[in-house]
Amino acid sequence: MEKKIVKGDHTNPVISIRGLKKSFEDYHVLRGIDLDLYQGENLVVLGRSGTGKSVLIKIISGLLPPDEGDVEVLGQNIAHISDYELQALRIRIGFSFQNSALYDSMTVRKNLEFPLVRNRRGITRKEIDANVEEVLDAVGLSQTINQMPSELSGGQRKRIGIARTLILNPEIMLYDEPTAGLDPITCIEINDLINEVQTRFNTSSIIITHDLTCAKQTGDRISMLLDGQFQRTGTFDEVFATTDDRVKPFYDYNFIQ
Amino acid sequence: MDTAASSTPAVRKKKSKLWQSITDFFVSLYNINKFILRFFREAFMPPFEFKEVMRQCYEVGVRSFTLITVTGFIVGLIFTKQSRPSLSQFGATSWLPSLVSIAIMRALAPLVTALIASGKVGSSIGAELGSMRVTEQIDAMEVSGTKPFKFLVCTRVLATTLTIPILSTYTGFIAMFGGYLNVAQNEGTTWSTFIQEFFDPLTYTDFVASLIKSVLFGFTIGIVGCYQGYYSAKGTEGVGKAANGAVVTAMFLVFIEEIIVVQITSWFR
Repeated sequence: MEKKIVKGDHTNPVISIRGLKKSFEDYHVLRGIDLDLYQGENLVVLGRSGTGKSVLIKIISGLLPPDEGDVEVLGQNIAHISDYELQALRIRIGFSFQNSALYDSMTVRKNLEFPLVRNRRGITRKEIDANVEEVLDAVGLSQTINQMPSELSGGQRKRIGIARTLILNPEIMLYDEPTAGLDPITCIEINDLINEVQTRFNTSSIIITHDLTCAKQTGDRISMLLDGQFQRTGTFDEVFATTDDRVKPFYDYNFIQ
Repeated sequence: MDTAASSTPAVRKKKSKLWQSITDFFVSLYNINKFILRFFREAFMPPFEFKEVMRQCYEVGVRSFTLITVTGFIVGLIFTKQSRPSLSQFGATSWLPSLVSIAIMRALAPLVTALIASGKVGSSIGAELGSMRVTEQIDAMEVSGTKPFKFLVCTRVLATTLTIPILSTYTGFIAMFGGYLNVAQNEGTTWSTFIQEFFDPLTYTDFVASLIKSVLFGFTIGIVGCYQGYYSAKGTEGVGKAANGAVVTAMFLVFIEEIIVVQITSWFR
């Protein structure tokens, strides 16, 4: 399915990053990243494994501290807010993990209820059930409500992982390798789901991937992360209209092979 | 010559390794203290996770119940059997119930319970949290605005702290029963006489010291298991190390605490 490009409101970034640097001992992963994510758009961050794509979204969600630079999320600088403010901010950000990270001792229902019950104190049983049913319906997996994560397929786990983040109505979605390890048909279904989430829940998203099909189907804008910096940013066609030896093999491998 | 020997690369490497080990030891000591302080900061602040604490108490009790029953019974039986020849040399086998009660209630019941719980409960907490760390479930809780420390660590530490004293008391009574069977078989002592002689030498201090020890052991087992699991290294190797570290460290600390509590209670006697 071709992506219908959404032109975000470019005067209003929901995430704004300037001069972000991150190192692990002597290994400089991010070497001065500048990035803006605008309201309502899907931004795909492309790059090879180990280039720091996941590190980038872990910094955005406050899981890792930046070494240098400013990371502003929904108007708040992530490095300078209190734990309480960070917790409140995180409710407005959804994070879909590469391996889904479902709580394997809980059923699908309990997985979905967990963040809801703990963040909306005083919520009634009726409201919880309604919310759970709504997000399960959104990801098309209502029938799995009483199953354990171990009984689900890889694609189903991804969907439930996304549903668990949607239950808090986030304004921003962060997807870490949403199609990794899935068959091509399921990949297309997940890509469609990402687009559906964007329109139905009005989210702005960063999608971390090295899968060009995913990038093409879901990205309104694409940024290529190379050597710890964004080298090319634009639409899919703009990014790959190049003879750059670091970028071209990506396209060749995905679409010519 | 000494100076030359002390500056060879092999010696320097050995020295730097030793220095690294010392530094690591103090760093981990600092981290554990921080972890314990965080527990006290978060455990008694609302919102409380009563339901999860109760679930964990049940888990801790169920996990160790069978093993503790069998071990407690055998300890009581064997201890009585092994003590008889020494006492019979002086014609003092009638003191067996008193000897067994002092040994079991003052030392063996809390210690045996703690060692079994270190193996069964400590390792399982370490492995469970370690595997949650590896599969990013702890990160998932964190980014969804919930407090994984409160939900995972505080509940488990409270559960072990509350449950180990109960299990320890249970071990004491099971061991007493084991001792009674042996005494009844050999000396023909009745149940009521045995019970009277069993509790006679015990003082209030013995019960309090035993309770304090069990609480301390339970807290140690919980905190060590959680610390090892919560900060386990990535990968399956990390999970194994967390489980193993939880058992070894908890057992070691239990023995150290036993020595300290025994020393302190001896001042009150």
